Amino acid sequence: MTPNEVAAAWPVLSIITFLPAAGAIFILFLNREDTELIRWIGLGVSLFVFLLSLYLPLTFDASNPALQWVEKGVWIKSFGIQYYMGVDGISLLLVLLTTFITVICMLASWSDITDRLRAYMALFLFTETCSLGVFMAQDLFLFYVFWEAVLVPMVFIIGIWGGKRKLYSAIKFFLFTFVGSLFMLLGVLAVYYYHGDVTGLYTFDSTILALTPIAPEVQYWVFIAFFLGFAVKVPMFPFHTWLPDAHTDAPTAGSIVLASVLLKLGTYAFVRFSLPLLPNASVRLAPFMIGISLFAIIYGALVTIAQKDIKRLIAYSSVSHMGFVMLGIFVFNIEGLKGSIMQMINHGISTGALFLLMGMIYERTHTRMIGDYTGLFKQMPVYGVAFLVVALSSMGMPSTNGFIGEIFVLIGAFKASWLFAVVVAVGILLGAVYLLWLFQRVFLGTYSYTGRGTLQDLNFRETVTALSLMGLIFWIGLYPRPFLHVMDASLNRLVNQVEENYRQAGMRQNASKATAMASRTVFTPVKGSGR
Amino acid sequence: MIENVLNYPILSTLIFLPALGVIVLAFIPGKSKEVLRTTALGFTLVNFFISLVPVFHFDTSTFKMQFVEQAPWIPGIGVSYFLGMDGISLTLVLLTTFLSIIAVLCSWTAVTERVKEYMMHLLILETGMLGVFVSLDLILFFLFWEVGLIPMYFLIGVWGGQRRLYASIKFFLYTLFGSVFMLVGIVALYYSHGSITGEYTFNLLKLYEVVYSYNLQWWIFLAFFLGFAIKVPVFPFHTWLPDAHVEAPTAGSVILAGVLLKMGTYGFLRFNLPLLVDATVAFTPYILALAVIGIIYGAFLAMAQSDIKKLVAYSSVSHLGAVMAGIFALNQQGIDGGVLQMINHGISTGGLFLIIGIIYERRHTRAIADFGGIARVMPVYAALVMVIVFSSIGLPGTNGFVGEILILLGLFKASPVAAVLGATGVVLGAAYMLWMSQRVFYGKVTHPENEALKDLSVREVVTIVPIVALILWIGVYPGHFLKLTNASTAHLAEVVEMNRSKGKVHEMALTHKAYAEEQAPSMGGHR
Repeated sequence: MTPNEVAAAWPVLSIITFLPAAGAIFILFLNREDTELIRWIGLGVSLFVFLLSLYLPLTFDASNPALQWVEKGVWIKSFGIQYYMGVDGISLLLVLLTTFITVICMLASWSDITDRLRAYMALFLFTETCSLGVFMAQDLFLFYVFWEAVLVPMVFIIGIWGGKRKLYSAIKFFLFTFVGSLFMLLGVLAVYYYHGDVTGLYTFDSTILALTPIAPEVQYWVFIAFFLGFAVKVPMFPFHTWLPDAHTDAPTAGSIVLASVLLKLGTYAFVRFSLPLLPNASVRLAPFMIGISLFAIIYGALVTIAQKDIKRLIAYSSVSHMGFVMLGIFVFNIEGLKGSIMQMINHGISTGALFLLMGMIYERTHTRMIGDYTGLFKQMPVYGVAFLVVALSSMGMPSTNGFIGEIFVLIGAFKASWLFAVVVAVGILLGAVYLLWLFQRVFLGTYSYTGRGTLQDLNFRETVTALSLMGLIFWIGLYPRPFLHVMDASLNRLVNQVEENYRQAGMRQNASKATAMASRTVFTPVKGSGR
Repeated sequence: MIENVLNYPILSTLIFLPALGVIVLAFIPGKSKEVLRTTALGFTLVNFFISLVPVFHFDTSTFKMQFVEQAPWIPGIGVSYFLGMDGISLTLVLLTTFLSIIAVLCSWTAVTERVKEYMMHLLILETGMLGVFVSLDLILFFLFWEVGLIPMYFLIGVWGGQRRLYASIKFFLYTLFGSVFMLVGIVALYYSHGSITGEYTFNLLKLYEVVYSYNLQWWIFLAFFLGFAIKVPVFPFHTWLPDAHVEAPTAGSVILAGVLLKMGTYGFLRFNLPLLVDATVAFTPYILALAVIGIIYGAFLAMAQSDIKKLVAYSSVSHLGAVMAGIFALNQQGIDGGVLQMINHGISTGGLFLIIGIIYERRHTRAIADFGGIARVMPVYAALVMVIVFSSIGLPGTNGFVGEILILLGLFKASPVAAVLGATGVVLGAAYMLWMSQRVFYGKVTHPENEALKDLSVREVVTIVPIVALILWIGVYPGHFLKLTNASTAHLAEVVEMNRSKGKVHEMALTHKAYAEEQAPSMGGHR
């Protein structure tokens, strides 16, 4: 049975997406005093969803570039809105990342959260549903609904269980993303009406929309609208200022899901929608996108070096890392795109793991200041090793996942210009500086701890959580083949689609230029057998 | 490339046996220190014996890669798991497995804290170093290159002296700085090979097959140079070295001086010379100048040191300058001498750090002024030390002499001025080493606390004797060793020579090509 036939028999994607939400509702009916039960059910649901999602890679047809397990149903007929879900090689890994990270979040909040646990667990599961929805929705309206919905639980998670300035951070987070999303909605509507005017068919179906290229002069405006929505989420410089605040005040699991999953929504949307729908604008504005990505890589890293608060440090490092991801997308070659998607997954794993480890120590000492720690390695060797491995992965040390993503992005950047590659290299170097320096200050030297009691090394639950992430780090680092393999066909299709739309839209714009454009390619031409 | 004559993956075994040792050590409780030490020793010993196997099956008549293993690794960008070995790799592999044993032995009593982690780091380091010397895929090479950094960082940062934290991060960041640019160079090479042949690959042997434009070679050379020169270290990139050496524990210094520095010179031999011949020829005068400055400057600095370990550290700058000078003489004698001197320096400087470690363990000082007349109290020690000192000076009969004479021969052919200046380095080397030995070993016992020093224990003798034996073996009969590398060095010299003879023609052809390209209408290109 092909994945699509399976989906006709039972809606795999909907089940995976909405099972967490169902779990959330179930949890709300439990007795609030029964915290153990709530925890176990939260973990159980997320674990079950994760195991269920493993069904996807096992039956995924890697040679088929199209969407798989497609579900399509009419939702609001008069506006051409559909319930349209599907997964291809581009989103598959992100779906898995989401279900995996949610399990990690449940484990991370095991002893951390005691206050209003029921609502907390429910909100997390709800976040999972919305994020999965974003990665699977192929109808722009449905996508927008999930995109906006994911904001709500996150705002509450920061605002209720957060740190000192939780209200400020939650509201800042909300306003930034919300304003961005409004522009995005305008962009979506523009695409919708444009398509309706040109073809007479009013629809939000992204696969249909992608078939009719948009005139380049319209593309620019839509691109800017989409850009405002997506770039805030990524976040790209200069829209990143909400991120450090949100991270600093979010509870540990909130930071994990924010860094690992929510930031990827933005980069994913660029790949999924901006590229195929707006190829001419993407190409035309690529220099601008590359420019701010490169700037973010260096600027993010320099700001990171200056941080004194570990959580803030990790937050700023995300700005730099997401710069790599954005660069990979806009250098327009297949290596860059692949590296970019790999780097989304890697950042999800590594930065998620950094926040997780940070949370473990914060739970013990209630301080996040680098200056409050020295020589931890002696007291907590297991923790030290875990932190080291994750830090190395985050700085892209060969044999860890980070390197695989980085080398692809580096090759992609080099194909565009050697100068980009040099900036990337400097970014990598600075990454090593802040992470290694952090490690050195916190873990090496003589141990001293002035707080209550003595610091205990990781317990069984924490060790298992950390080990599962470390396993992934080395798996991707040493044997990346399966991960790269799934995206091949879909990325090739995406590249062809972008090329095709680019040419057709060009013709629409100017007949005299059309012939000149027809011979051009957007992506670095593929030649040779090495790929 | 020659098919693997052995029917099993000998190189993978070599690389990953120490890694297996790490896993085994992980399961031994940290308290049973003797067991940990013995296990680590066992693994390094076995690995040494395994590294002897290729020697017996090695075909010395060819420069081609032997015992190759190849398997695809990262699809899409042409990265493969590709190992192989020629004469140069073989001698360096032997040096690595040999010094790894010495490193474990010399930490026997010196390291008592966290023995488990310490031994694990030493073994990871061995894996990394061996991987560097036998990788024939550039990404794989880069992987091992970087992997070796981490255990060394810890060896210095955790078991080091007082300023260990500063020294370790300086070491790490300096090296990383160079290697990141090397990575860009690797990608540049990959990209150009791909755009010339249509095949995108990191396979070194395939990259060898293409002649790159001079302009490109120049930039790639520069990128590689940064990576390798910092590691060697070539003057003026040497400032991390004395810090790292002074703070490192004895075994760390032995490995650092003995093997890690050689990764840099090896990189020049394996990549810069054969891949980027035109650029190599163009850069040679400058590199020779830096090498000669390194020789003399390092020697003067060494002379001024009052700490024995620092003295030896600076002497490394001087010696590695000589190695660089030999390699960049670009003729067979020079390259032969350079390779042999890499081995010699590994043995004798490793030996020097070892003997410093021994005395430091007894007295907890390394200041020259704290010693004097040690030969009276520790005659066996002093006798063995003198052999190593002679080897470091390059006295006839020791290995150092053979290497130095070959380098000077080669260098003289290439540039008499450089040879003369290089020779003064030899004189200076004799001066600082002999002056140091005189102050430490001869004369009266000036410090009463030195009266009761014990002479070497059996373990210590067992550690030093193989080094002394090697010194004399290479010194008296270098043929055994030169024979291994001969085919490879001859090939390198030939590649450069062929290029030189047609250099002018080639250069003109290149300009013509560039001119033709300029004249041709733009082919559209991408975007």
